[in-house]
Amino acid sequence: MDPMLEPNATMTRSVSVASYQPPSDTAEWFGRSVLGVLPDLVSAARRLTRNSADAEDLVAEAVAKAWLGLAALKERDRFRGWMFRILTNEFLAQRRLLASQHESQPLPDESGAFSIFEQLHQPFLLWWSNPEKEFLDKLLREDIVRAIDSVPETFRMVVIYADVQGLSYQEIADAIGVPIGTVRSRLARGRSLLQKALWEHARDAGVRTRSKNPDVT
Amino acid sequence: MSTAEAINCEEALRLLAVYLDGELHGAEHTSVERHLKTCRSCFSRSEFESRLKSELSQLARDDVRPAFEQQIRQLITQFTASSVEPSRDRN
Repeated sequence: MDPMLEPNATMTRSVSVASYQPPSDTAEWFGRSVLGVLPDLVSAARRLTRNSADAEDLVAEAVAKAWLGLAALKERDRFRGWMFRILTNEFLAQRRLLASQHESQPLPDESGAFSIFEQLHQPFLLWWSNPEKEFLDKLLREDIVRAIDSVPETFRMVVIYADVQGLSYQEIADAIGVPIGTVRSRLARGRSLLQKALWEHARDAGVRTRSKNPDVT
Repeated sequence: MSTAEAINCEEALRLLAVYLDGELHGAEHTSVERHLKTCRSCFSRSEFESRLKSELSQLARDDVRPAFEQQIRQLITQFTASSVEPSRDRN
């Protein structure tokens, strides 16, 4: 674990926000920093929770916990990654609570990686001059959102952090609390699932025509 | 001097995602870079994956509801008030 980013074990809901009194300039800096990353946090939270109201609750809770645990942040320039770590911890804590009340979502099978590019480059489709460009040109924001939302949580989280938020592997590993090797494997699996979802959605939405090859849907 | 070795398509595609994530360094990075300059198929794949990644990054900063931003500002104001030293706070 990164010694510069100590865990927020002391943060609990029972602690009053007013109980922490940092140096006088800290509150102002904290406010500026939070507002600076707020759109990123809201975006990530929406994709994690798949619900705008839950996302706002999650972000607000994360901001409060960040304030309470601010003493653990040793380097201010690592604030963004630190906030994502707190957001992740809070999200996972909420999910654990829900999981104890409901059956957890089953993980998809571990069949081979899926690639849109390979699907578009089937020999019978090579008449299409630049199929991958046309495919991407026709994608709408809502198509991508729907595809991300369909990816199981374990994999969705790393895809959101890597591809949407642009976090490094180390930052993701710190945020989720897993080794970098696990980040890489989850990312590969998550991207494969995302591309499969995009491909299937594109078929359903008519972005691509149904293949003449019955083996490729 | 680079010790990068020539790699085949299979190896290049195995490393491609890490390369595009900016997480590949040293000889492996150079090997992938060289391969992409000489292999049209892998270059096309790289362009596709890179553009898809770019499309995803467009979701990075959602619009924040003004009412929610105000809620966060109020929360921060509460923090600011709590950080004032008690003696100054009373004056």
